[in-house]
Amino acid sequence: MRLRYLTLTAVAFFSAFPLYYSVVVASRHNSALAQVPPPLWPGGNFFANVSRVFDTVPFGLALLNSVIVAGAIAVAVMFFSTLAGFAFAKLRFRGRNVMLLITVATMMVPAQLGIIPLYLLMVKLEWTGTMYALVVPALVNAFGVFFMTQYLSRALPTELLEAGRVDGCTTWRLFWHVVVPVARPAASVLGMLTFMSAWNDYFWPLVVLTPENPTVQVALSTLASGYVNDYVLGLAGTAVGTLPLVLVFVLFGKQIIGGIMQGAVKG
Amino acid sequence: MSSLPLAVPRRRRRSVRHTLDVRVSPYAYVAPFFLLFCAFGLFPLIYTAWVSLHDWTLLSDEHTFVGAKNFGTLLADGYFWNATFNTLSIGVLSTAPQLLLAIWLAHLLNRRLRFQTLFRVSLLLPNVTSVVAVVVIFSQLFGRDFGVINWVLSWFGAGSVDWAAGTASSHIALSVMIMWRWTGYNALIFLAAMQAVPRELYEAATLDGASNFTQLRRITIPMIRPTIIFVVIVSTIGAMQIIAEPLLFGASSGAGGGAASGGPDRQYQTLALFVYEQGFTKFDFGYASAASWLMFLAVVLVAGVNFLITRRVKGGLV
Repeated sequence: MRLRYLTLTAVAFFSAFPLYYSVVVASRHNSALAQVPPPLWPGGNFFANVSRVFDTVPFGLALLNSVIVAGAIAVAVMFFSTLAGFAFAKLRFRGRNVMLLITVATMMVPAQLGIIPLYLLMVKLEWTGTMYALVVPALVNAFGVFFMTQYLSRALPTELLEAGRVDGCTTWRLFWHVVVPVARPAASVLGMLTFMSAWNDYFWPLVVLTPENPTVQVALSTLASGYVNDYVLGLAGTAVGTLPLVLVFVLFGKQIIGGIMQGAVKG
Repeated sequence: MSSLPLAVPRRRRRSVRHTLDVRVSPYAYVAPFFLLFCAFGLFPLIYTAWVSLHDWTLLSDEHTFVGAKNFGTLLADGYFWNATFNTLSIGVLSTAPQLLLAIWLAHLLNRRLRFQTLFRVSLLLPNVTSVVAVVVIFSQLFGRDFGVINWVLSWFGAGSVDWAAGTASSHIALSVMIMWRWTGYNALIFLAAMQAVPRELYEAATLDGASNFTQLRRITIPMIRPTIIFVVIVSTIGAMQIIAEPLLFGASSGAGGGAASGGPDRQYQTLALFVYEQGFTKFDFGYASAASWLMFLAVVLVAGVNFLITRRVKGGLV
């Protein structure tokens, strides 16, 4: 019993320590890093370092781009996933089960392997260097569709839909007036999950964007890959680019975790 | 009376519309996903095969058909095999301990517990942190001269390890980063599956005097087998595609030779990073696409083997 709490506390410590330590380094001067033992508590240089971040890379623009991209993707994924989830969970149509199966199977496809043609496609569409390249391919995904299907098949009473039909509602009206209100809690969890993963997405933005018009993650990697090892600068950027998300997560952690676990049981 | 002839066609028109609505709208609702997947998921994957059969570079508009030449060159390319070895090594080092640890943590969490939410949130905290942040933070922690990890190791009399320099040490460092980010996430997925196991099984086992570990081995693991298989497959597919960690590790540990090479001696260049190096630093799209396809085969092969092993091992445990 006591061992269990001890182990879990140790794990919690190891989970949080690297994040804490990044703040320690981000609030110091570079010279403090060349100490043995290393500094273990925050110093007073945080804001000076952060303003150096904004001088070195276009970090304001990066923050703006990331907010727009992650926000647009989250809203689109919530909408399209609820729509498709509604169809899969409650509407009858030929090929429904097969199509749902295909949707789930696509989650296993290692999409990263198509990255070269995807890039060539973006060149052709003239979307390289723009946010379209990030947003359009991510407007809806299999996980979201599956997640909403699972939720709606449980939470949406079929009688409610039938009552709506009797009153002469079209499917579209049913969607807006019956499905959307019921779907709201799950859709908002999905929205948060999607926002976080879009915010953290790194590799594809690195490939299609330029350092002049980056997202937060691309800007951070530019900071981190300077020829001089300026750890303080890199970690100050990391703190500004990551901690807001971590904070939101700590606030809404319970709901988000509930969402992840619910999506998982059925998978 | 006079309105009657008008009303009939209107009702019929409405019923045609109604039929259309009921029959067709479901397809319209699921269409966005399938269209998007075909355009940005399936098409690129298939087109990769086409590109791989050509001499295809950024510099020239001519793409000459060369057949299997790119594949032949690849199989003779030492760097390709080096990347394959590194991918498997990092994959095993990061995935195997991670999943065992995740099952164990889930088992610990699967009881009535105080601070339930606090523990879960802290477990998932690393997963909310971006790859870039993870690698930047850990490159500092793994620093040779002033890193915290070497400092802690020195209490036990270990000398300074130059983590990024060696093959084994860099693989360990990268695996630690990957484990840190994913163990908690997988633990929560296992936990979700464990909560569906009937409580009575544990109560009965406790009455029979079965130890905690026996219960984990004899009840929990067999009962959540489908989830274990699922997680193993997904983790394997993920591990075979590792790229951001080695790319950033090379960049932020200040190694020479360009970040895409995975260290000066390519000691931690993974397959995905090899593809990236060929495609986006040398702009040899044909060659990179061929490598993508071989990588795809490797993913399918390794995932299949793991699937069989997972099924087997669990069968043997029960």
